[in-house]
Amino acid sequence: MYDASNPGVTLEQTDIKIAANKVQVYYGETHAIKDVNIDIQEKTVTAFIGPSGCGKSTFLRCLNRMNDTIDICRVEGDIHLDGEDIYDKRVDPVQLRAKVGMVFQKPNPFPKSIYDNVAYGPRIHGLARNKGELDEIVEKALRRGAIWDEVKDRLDAPGTGLSGGQQQRLCIARAIATEPEVLLMDEPCSALDPIATAQVEELIDDLRARYSVVIVTHSMQQAARVSQKTAFFHLGNLVEYDDTANIFTNPRDERTESYITGRIG
Amino acid sequence: MSVGLVILVVVAIATVGFFIGRARAVSSVAGDVRQLHSLPSYYGQTVFLFSAVPALLVTLAWLLLQPLYVENQVSGIILPGDIAEGSSLDLVMADVRRISSGLDTAVAAGVLDKNALTQLDASQTDVRALLGDVGVALASDVHPNVFAAAREYRATTATLKGAMAAVAVVLAVLGAVIAFARIHPEYRARNVSELAIKSLLILSSMVAILTTVGIIFSLLFETSNFFRMYPARDFFFNLTWNPQFTGGSDLGILPLLWGTLYVSFVALIFAVPIGLLVAIYLSEYASRKVRSIVKPAIEVLAGIPTIVYGLFALITIGPLLRDYFAQPLGLGASSSSVLTAGVVMGIMLIPFVSSLSDDVINAVPQAMRDGSYGLGATQSETVRQVILPAALPGIVGAILLAASRAIGETMIVVMGAGAAAKLSLNPFEAMTTITVKIVSQLTGDTEFASPETLVAFALGLSLFVVTLCLNVLALYIVRKYREEYE
Repeated sequence: MYDASNPGVTLEQTDIKIAANKVQVYYGETHAIKDVNIDIQEKTVTAFIGPSGCGKSTFLRCLNRMNDTIDICRVEGDIHLDGEDIYDKRVDPVQLRAKVGMVFQKPNPFPKSIYDNVAYGPRIHGLARNKGELDEIVEKALRRGAIWDEVKDRLDAPGTGLSGGQQQRLCIARAIATEPEVLLMDEPCSALDPIATAQVEELIDDLRARYSVVIVTHSMQQAARVSQKTAFFHLGNLVEYDDTANIFTNPRDERTESYITGRIG
Repeated sequence: MSVGLVILVVVAIATVGFFIGRARAVSSVAGDVRQLHSLPSYYGQTVFLFSAVPALLVTLAWLLLQPLYVENQVSGIILPGDIAEGSSLDLVMADVRRISSGLDTAVAAGVLDKNALTQLDASQTDVRALLGDVGVALASDVHPNVFAAAREYRATTATLKGAMAAVAVVLAVLGAVIAFARIHPEYRARNVSELAIKSLLILSSMVAILTTVGIIFSLLFETSNFFRMYPARDFFFNLTWNPQFTGGSDLGILPLLWGTLYVSFVALIFAVPIGLLVAIYLSEYASRKVRSIVKPAIEVLAGIPTIVYGLFALITIGPLLRDYFAQPLGLGASSSSVLTAGVVMGIMLIPFVSSLSDDVINAVPQAMRDGSYGLGATQSETVRQVILPAALPGIVGAILLAASRAIGETMIVVMGAGAAAKLSLNPFEAMTTITVKIVSQLTGDTEFASPETLVAFALGLSLFVVTLCLNVLALYIVRKYREEYE
């Protein structure tokens, strides 16, 4: 499925959105990420796969500095977003997170109405000048989150009252309401049933037109279905990073092959 | 045999039963304990339980019922004519008990021997002087009938105590023998032990519940006595509180209720914002190191006795508020004021609010914070817009618990707010609360027969109802909150 159907955007897709160079992450004494170099391309879905505890979620959280909220976590090396070092002292992590949105493993809608959930980001960043604009932003985000039709009649209902799959799509809509450039997804489907998973995957594929999407997943089928690039992590190392098709049909590293054929995991 | 000795003997019998029961269990399978249904000591335990529990329960019941029975027997000796003017049968019976125990002391001290006691005639001998010699002071001379009653009381009590000891020991031995006879390898001793543990747990929770019920009933009983003497309408709607021990009092609860609510309100005005901010700082901002120092330091506040807070109110806060606020503003010249008590009580309540709110805020799932930070919110935006709304029901619960604590507070109010029952809006004026008035109505030499003393129970019951409602409300809110995240 990799860009063959859409040759018009090939040039843009080769643009590098995030460049990570010699990234090390420590949790206290534990060396969780070792020397990771990776270039994440614009308007591409990049999947991080690997066995549990291999550091893929940790690395994902470095990309929007979510690890800053953990006291004992220390990040070394540099990560550039559009050529700008995000760990530079002058960069405000709060601003960065508005640009690099995140969707979590477990749907985590706030205990507020559906409308307020989506309007949360635009409100704190002052994206709307008046109620009308805010309404528009919310509707647009919910439409892009592929959940508008299900909730348009009950925007005042609490977000926590939705089903799991709906909650996750609401969280995705909430993340894209702030108009991020990159969307990080940490196992977004692990708490969802197959139907909801299919809906979210379809959504991810749509999002590729506008955003860089980085998705951490435990399901290799999912990585194969939604991503164009795949990175395989093992014990804190980035073992292999290539086009998804190559990783799954013709892995270069032995460990990658063992993992995708189910011998390690 | 004294009660302590009886209990000791019963326990000793049961302990011996434990060891022989255990030994029998082991010998019944010829030493191969794997053939037993339960571990050997469980068999010992069943013997112990069968022996000790019934014997001790009977002893307890006996101890509770014996005085009732004896008094019932003895009070017949006292004729209506023996009761002096202004006295009552209850008071005479109190004398009887006192003389009876005085006689015990006299016999023990060797002043009287048994024969002398049986021949002693109160109309001839001065019993008061006799007992005075052994250190038992009586209020008046002893009437012959009263003395006879006391002698009878003493004799019956002694007989019954002996009987109780015998019954307890026999029951203990009987229980041990029965349990011993039942021991065989298939006997499910573990399950019996389990049942005993369960009963113990049920019993313990019953003690708590029954005590509450007992408190309510004693309050209800005395309150109904009060309302027989004083109209309920006046109690609830009269605007003055002016007890006169000569009669004709005004006993309206409203000034006291107003004082209580006013002081509590002021206390909460101070405690809630500070406590809440402390909780937010500790749970969201403070590093682990700061938290490990600050949290215990704040909780020390909760450990200070309220009387010490009272002193603080009396000598520091009261004069301070009077000199720098009340007098310059022309609002009063008293160092005891609602504000004094309220501020000090507020300080006392800070750890309640902060500690409970801290727990509630910590219980908000990390996913909520992640979600908010992930959208580019700052820490205070996250606290304000996500964490506080999510924790609000729990925080309200914490505040209500603090409020019921404030309403029940006495010492700080006595020393900080004074004792004048007043209906006023001026926070610099001395006022008083329900609890303070309960204390002042009951201190001193009082009998529970006039509305002026009995009103204390009506006040207590009103207070109990108010705090109970607050607690129920708090529990309801906290419970509702709990369901939200599970």
